Parts: sequence; structure tokens; C-alpha cells
Amino acid sequence: MTADSIQRREQRTGWILVAPALILLMLVFAYPILRAFWLSLFTQNLGTELKLVFSGLGNYGRMVGDGRFWQSLWNTAVFTTSSVLLELILGMGIALVLNQPFKGRGIVRTISLLPWALPTALMGVAWAWIFNDQYGVINDILMRLGLIESGISWLGDPTLAMMAVVLADVWKTTPFIALLLLAGLQSISPDLYEAHAIDGASRWQSFRQITLPLLMPQIVIALLFRFAQAFGIFDLIQVMTGGGPAGGTETVSIYIYSTVMRYLDFGYGAALVVCTFLLLVAAVAIAAYFLSRARANAAGVN
Amino acid sequence: MAIAQQKPNQINFNIRQIILPIAIILVVAYFLGPILWQVLTSVKVNADISAVPNVYIPKQITFDHYLSLFRRRPFTLYILNSAFVSLSSTLLCLALGAPAAYALARSRLWGEKLILAGVMIVTLFPAVLLFLGMLEVVKALNLGNNYLALIIPYTAINLPLTILVMRSFFQQLPKDLEDAAKVDGYNTFQMLWEIILPMTLPALVTTGILTFISAWNEFIFALTFMTRESMKTIPVATAQLSGTSVFEIPYGPIAAATVLGTLPLVLLVLAFQRRIVQGLTAGAVKG
Repeated sequence: MTADSIQRREQRTGWILVAPALILLMLVFAYPILRAFWLSLFTQNLGTELKLVFSGLGNYGRMVGDGRFWQSLWNTAVFTTSSVLLELILGMGIALVLNQPFKGRGIVRTISLLPWALPTALMGVAWAWIFNDQYGVINDILMRLGLIESGISWLGDPTLAMMAVVLADVWKTTPFIALLLLAGLQSISPDLYEAHAIDGASRWQSFRQITLPLLMPQIVIALLFRFAQAFGIFDLIQVMTGGGPAGGTETVSIYIYSTVMRYLDFGYGAALVVCTFLLLVAAVAIAAYFLSRARANAAGVN
Repeated sequence: MAIAQQKPNQINFNIRQIILPIAIILVVAYFLGPILWQVLTSVKVNADISAVPNVYIPKQITFDHYLSLFRRRPFTLYILNSAFVSLSSTLLCLALGAPAAYALARSRLWGEKLILAGVMIVTLFPAVLLFLGMLEVVKALNLGNNYLALIIPYTAINLPLTILVMRSFFQQLPKDLEDAAKVDGYNTFQMLWEIILPMTLPALVTTGILTFISAWNEFIFALTFMTRESMKTIPVATAQLSGTSVFEIPYGPIAAATVLGTLPLVLLVLAFQRRIVQGLTAGAVKG
């Protein structure tokens, strides 16, 4: 057998092994996205009796003047930014705590993983109960502390409802960030801190000058994942508020879902999908750029 | 940080001794609190559930809310549906993902970089971008209220992570064994099945658990494709419990349902904490 034919056989075997997975990925990821691009050029709703009628960029024109769309985009931005920032700060703190040596650390780490593993929809139900206006435990605690006179209707006010869903999301996803950062912390050599301390640096200085730069790749990766997930948040908000009150927590994904499933406006829903997809791709491209820079910097410090 | 112990800095050391335990207690309370509150609500009698101010130590404990789930609704079916869909997706995902990961680790495929980049990028796609297209696929293939309508997307959604984690595992595996097997006349498929697979079991368990958790938790596809009561999964069925009664929201049964729906995952985390963390960090860092 010649080297060439061996290589060809290896290629063929490789493709046989990869093909089933690739086909499934195409079906579930590539097809729906491409289909959305195509469908977004048509009007398909109850007005057209669910028939496809070509309308060019009409759906996109409609989007520009659709106040509800802009509101949902704004809500998504508010939700994503506040949730991811809070998670990062809290996750960093928790990672630093979990990195300390103490008795029972294994159990505490296990507990810190729990929220991440539990079904978001079910924990949404749990958090809606915690924020319940009549019997909720948050109101009860605030009243016992004397901070409020009577129960607050958390999920009945647009701003408070947004705060409630952000807090629930932070609880649910901080473990992911904390664990990623913890893995990063564990890979930093203690020698670095020792040398730095001998040079007379304070702990805050070594955190700023060693921990943060070396942890930057993990931070950017965690931000990237969490940004994408928060941007597409659906189950938590759908369960806790359904996008209400008065659209106060309606994110883009909730809007897409009701456009398709409630108003049966498939063409416009597809245009919304395309727009969300492009925004996400742009954000990921920017993040990937920062990631490669952060990796280069971290390599430099090491 | 380890440095604080080595430095004979008395003040620093004392602060550490006070702050660390407080921080640990706060972390534990923060993460466990909402779960425990749900457990507590699920065993309280109705009068205690709707008591103002709240009852933190109930005098009476009841399991009626749990029993009512099974008496008034097909809760056994919801559990079986969730279990069946999650298990099948997990097995299918491993069966498709592991061979693909092996090929991507070893075969020097043409276009390998492109495939890997694609696989990494799709891990970032939220399901809401896919459900419209999948809805059409499900309708076209007449898969509504069919387990396949969930098994197919759940398998696909978890394939990228499976491929990335398994690929990095295969890359760490010494190549000598495979070369020896080839010399002994095994073809690639025999070698994979008889020699590589047994060594791969730990990594398969790790990625399998991640897939199972993700499939058990999925909401939007389950909500959209399973409309018949007998086909619903636990997250969707529980989320819809509150909408069943106009007069009063059944807080007790809802709490009981969330406890039942989360229990399998709590057990998984308790049993496999280390593996889950390994898989998670490997998946994210390789990506």
C-alpha cells in the first residue's frame, strides 16, 4: 500500500466518524438559521392565511418602527449587562473564598455547583415564590428588618420585576463563573505571590498585578459564555413574569417566542431571529478579539 | 491566599480568621437558601404557607402536596418522560460525539479547523434562535408530541461540548496503543470499540452527565413541541401548574413539584461534583 492510499483511507474513516454528528448539527443549527434568513424576506402570518408572500425587506422596515422590538432590545441589554456584571463580581469573590484552604471545602464547592445544575424553569418558579407579593420570603425578611412597612409587589412593577429576574439569574449562574475562575486561580503558581510579597507588595497589589492579568483569559471566556446565554434568556423570564408587567421584562427572545407562537407571525419572527443572530455574532467577534489579546497578555506575564 | 499564612503578619492573619468563616457561611446560605425555602414550603400545611409573617419552623409537616401531584396529575408520566428523553439524548450524543471527537483528534481531516471553529461557535447560540426553524422541521416530519422532537435537538445542542471535551481527552491519550492495535490487524472501528472505548469510559461519564443535566433542564423546545399532557416533561409541567386554577395558586404542590424535578440533579451533583467541574471547565477553556 502506498503512503498516499493509507492517507486517503484515514481521511475516509475520519469522515465516516464525523459525518453523523455533522449532519445532526447542520439540521439543528445551520438549517434553522439559514431558514430564518430566507423566511425573513416573506410575510407569513394570519393576514396571509399563513401562506408565504414575498415582501423583500419589509419585515426589517417594520422592525425599525416597532417600538416593542426596541423596548425588548433595551430590556435585553439591561438584563444582560446587570446580570453578567453582578455575576462576575460575585463569582470572583466566591472563587477567591473557595480557593482558600479550609475544612469542608469539598462540601462547600459541591453546594456552590448546585444552582447551576438545577432546571432554570423550576428555579424560576421558586424565585417567583420568593418574590411573591403576599407570602414571599423577601418581603417577610425586609419587614422583619423594618426596612419596609408593607409587602412590595416585586413582580407587579416593571423596574422591580427586572431587578427580581436579574437577581434570580445571578443566583442561578454565578456558580458557572465562580468555578471557571476557581480553575484559573488554581493554575496560578503560589511562587508568583511569594516573590511579589518579598518585593513588598500588598495583597491588593498582588491581586491587581498578578491575579487579574493571569485570570483574564478565564474572565473573558466566562463573560463570553454568560453574555450569549443571558442575551438569549428565555425560560427564567417566561416562568417568572412572562415578559410582564407591561412588557417591563420582555427580552428579545420572549418577544420572538410570542411573535411566533401567539401571533403566528412567522415572517416577522424570522426577521427578529436574524437580527438577534447578527447582534450575537458581532458581540462574539468582539469578545473573541479581546480573548486573543488577553491570552497574549497572560502569556506575557507568565 | 497561601501567602498570608507564611507572612508573620498578625493583623492580617486575624482578619483572615474572622472574615473567611463569615464568607463561607454567606456563600452556603446564598446558594442553599432558595432551595431550602422551596423544600420547606413543600412540606408546610396550607395555613402555614399563607401565613403572614412567614412561618420558618412549621409545627406540622405534611406530604399531601407531593401526594396530590400524583393523584391529580400524571406526575409519574412527567418524570418518566423527562428521564426517557434525557437518557436517550445522552446516549445518542455520546454515540455520535465520541467518534467525531476521535476523528477530529487523530485523523488530520481536511477542513478540520473549520469544523472545530463551527462547533465552538454554535455552543453560543441560544435555543430561541433555533426553535422557529425546528418548529418547521417538526411539523414537516410530523413529530409533534413525539419523543424524537426533543431527543434530536437535545442531542445536537449537547454535541459541541461533547466533541470538545472528548477531543481534548483523546489528544491526551498515548498513540502507541492504537499503533500497536493496527499492527495486530485491527481495523479502525474494531480498535475504537475494543481498545479505545474501555479507556474512554471516565470521560464518557463526565460528558454524559453534563448532557443529561442540560437535557433534563431544557424548556423552550419541550414547551413548544410537547402540547399533549401525557408527553410533557417536568420543567414545563411544573411551570404550567400555576395556571391551572383561577381561584387560588397551588403554592404547596408547585413547591413539591420543583423539589421532585430538581432532586435527580441534586443527587447527580452530590455524586459527581468533581467530574462535572472538570467537564465544565474543560469544555469552556478548550472552546
